[in-house]
Amino acid sequence: MAWTRKVLRINLTSGEITTEPLNMEWAQKYLGQRGLATKYLVEETDPKVDPLSPDNKMIFATGPLTGTCASTGGRYSVITKGPLTGAIACSNSGGYFGPELKFSGYDMVILEGKSPKPVYLSIFDDKVKLRDASHLWGKSVWDTDDAIKAEVQDPLAHVAAIGVSGEKGVLYSCIVNNKHRAAGRSGVGAVMGSKNLKAIVARGSNGVTVEQPQEFFAATDAGKKVLKENAVTGEGLPAFGTQVLMNVINETGAMPTRNCRDVQFEGAHDISAEAMAEPRRSDGKANLSTNQGCFACTIACGRVSTIDPQHYTLQGEGKDQYKHASGGLEYEAAWALGSATGVNDLDALTYAQFLCNEHGLDPISLGATIAAAMDLYEEGVINQDITGGLDLRFGNAKALTEAVELTGTAEGFGVELGLGSARLCAKYGRPDLSMTVKKQEFPAYDPRGIQGMGLTYATSNRGACHLRSYTVSSEVLGIPEKTDPLVTEGKAALVKAFQDATAAVDSAGICVFTTFAWTMEDIAPQVNAACEGNWSVDALMEVGERIWNLERQYNMAAGILGDQDTLPQRLLKEAAKVGPAQGLVNGLDKMLPEYYELRGWSTDGTPTGETISRLGL
Amino acid sequence: MQLALVLDPAKCTSCKQCEMACAYENEQTFNPAKSRIRIFDFHEDGRFVPYTCTQCDEAWCQQACPVNAITTDPATGVKLVHDNLCVGCKVCTIACPFGTVNYNAATGKVIKCDLCMGDPACAKACPTGAITYSDVEQAGFDKMRAWAAKTDSGAQAT
Repeated sequence: MAWTRKVLRINLTSGEITTEPLNMEWAQKYLGQRGLATKYLVEETDPKVDPLSPDNKMIFATGPLTGTCASTGGRYSVITKGPLTGAIACSNSGGYFGPELKFSGYDMVILEGKSPKPVYLSIFDDKVKLRDASHLWGKSVWDTDDAIKAEVQDPLAHVAAIGVSGEKGVLYSCIVNNKHRAAGRSGVGAVMGSKNLKAIVARGSNGVTVEQPQEFFAATDAGKKVLKENAVTGEGLPAFGTQVLMNVINETGAMPTRNCRDVQFEGAHDISAEAMAEPRRSDGKANLSTNQGCFACTIACGRVSTIDPQHYTLQGEGKDQYKHASGGLEYEAAWALGSATGVNDLDALTYAQFLCNEHGLDPISLGATIAAAMDLYEEGVINQDITGGLDLRFGNAKALTEAVELTGTAEGFGVELGLGSARLCAKYGRPDLSMTVKKQEFPAYDPRGIQGMGLTYATSNRGACHLRSYTVSSEVLGIPEKTDPLVTEGKAALVKAFQDATAAVDSAGICVFTTFAWTMEDIAPQVNAACEGNWSVDALMEVGERIWNLERQYNMAAGILGDQDTLPQRLLKEAAKVGPAQGLVNGLDKMLPEYYELRGWSTDGTPTGETISRLGL
Repeated sequence: MQLALVLDPAKCTSCKQCEMACAYENEQTFNPAKSRIRIFDFHEDGRFVPYTCTQCDEAWCQQACPVNAITTDPATGVKLVHDNLCVGCKVCTIACPFGTVNYNAATGKVIKCDLCMGDPACAKACPTGAITYSDVEQAGFDKMRAWAAKTDSGAQAT
């Protein structure tokens, strides 16, 4: 129950398609989705594998709550070795695709090998086929989505696809489902491209059942009530989306601006949720058309937006696809494409966001990489001969949108931007200008203004990431209790607790945004009623800790050791110039040793034998 | 008072909780493919629209049925398909102008919304109030009220 107990395995090299029972012993130890798929990856692949070789595997995994009425129970993740970082990659997405895999009868799909020619995978219950995709190779995500839906002649089918960026190995290309939702980080799209797999289309007619229906409805109803009555999940997120944070984080003095030269952005209001709601002069409409929920989500933070019809991005030929409503700006995209590059043009950013969805690019890594390129340009390290004429000054909206277009199709200077900020800056001899950890660009919280996020980035198993331990909740929003963002005391324990809880939440198949309102006390009864076994708060936290250590072990075996648990020198040496954090650098050295100790790791960051046996690894 | 499902697309977020509630009520499993209510995603217009049977007074499906398998429930006005009488001829699916009665290959019968016989699960599951089960004679009340609030007296119009 809750699990379908079936795994679909596709050997792309031979074309062989098989099914097998889900390993239920592992399910009891790793729950599902992120945790369980990581266990499969660890057991089946060599951590030293080249991420873009046929020997790497990729797993599309759902959780036990995916496809149920538990609020936000629609998530899936793609687990593989990431080409951007060389670490474990686990990219989570919403929309409607994940549940459809489950309705088809599978908890996860394991893809191995490499197809001799471009193909897409169609999953209609037990009718599973690899179909020719030669005619789709070179097409955008959006065109591929339309073409496949027409081919399978089923309007209820859901598609996850890569764009040209994934085909051409842009190292932060993503997998986009339902045109506007992405398994975004670490370059999982490039892995899919390396396997000659253009897309997966799924449509299921089976149901998902739960272990104790009455208890499940009681627990999920109670959970929905908590979400509705909470100020963040019941009001802030539906009305303003994640963009509710733009002004808040800017005022906190933690807005990474112009490649982290600054911690506050003077143009923040122009690109905020509030600005998205203001009617514009040209047509009297606001940027924001409406909000949207992913499958089963009762929060509905998704943005659906339009671009000002008179804006420069819509002028000229071939722009029809951007002239109606489409997936709008989220906070991370607005920050990375905006504050990080110094661009305060809301319509340019919305256009860039549309392009990211259309071509399958992670806007965080893309924006941060362009910001790094701008820094190189302003420092005189690169010039227009190298950028192909792009005038990459901070704040230049036209250069930004052109750079995004070029990266989406991997042309011109876009090829170099597609390497990511770490490789780009290293190539031009200025690795210090790359705002990355483990080669992954960090997101929209400057660790000088929110100290816990420094430890979060430094220790994240998939490279810099906010979604592994979102201590912003506590340090800025006061959830579950307020801590001072400017101090390091207590942050090691905070980060560890958030990391373990988040690993469990992901693995259940629900959205981490629920934790703005839910504690594990709200989540455990839902998992417990759905699944066989005893899923108490303690059990979930232990599963989370086990998953965290398993990911850590994978990375260490891949050669990513404790010495990489660090931050860019800019954040450790150059103090914030303004705002509440003025004069502060990030105090990582004060937090990291305590964190290792709390984790039961040695002083060089290796899980001790005692920890490994305690967690049954 | 006659109750009916009142659908308000402006409030719909396309979360599909209604589809799951409907499927569970009727099939005892979370299986939106078998839902009698559906959310349509007009993403390019920024609109999501819930749609299902509105229980016509003079129902095309009922009149088309050659074996009188569709009857009216006097208490709720529901047009109810009797599985023991339905022969799976699908003529009702052709007759219905709205497409809200459909064939279920698994059972060989047609399926349509039956308002859960007076306690519709979709309305209870909807988190935004886009689907409510309320007095059909006052279905326009909120819209009238919203427009009334915008209406000025003629004397002030210039």
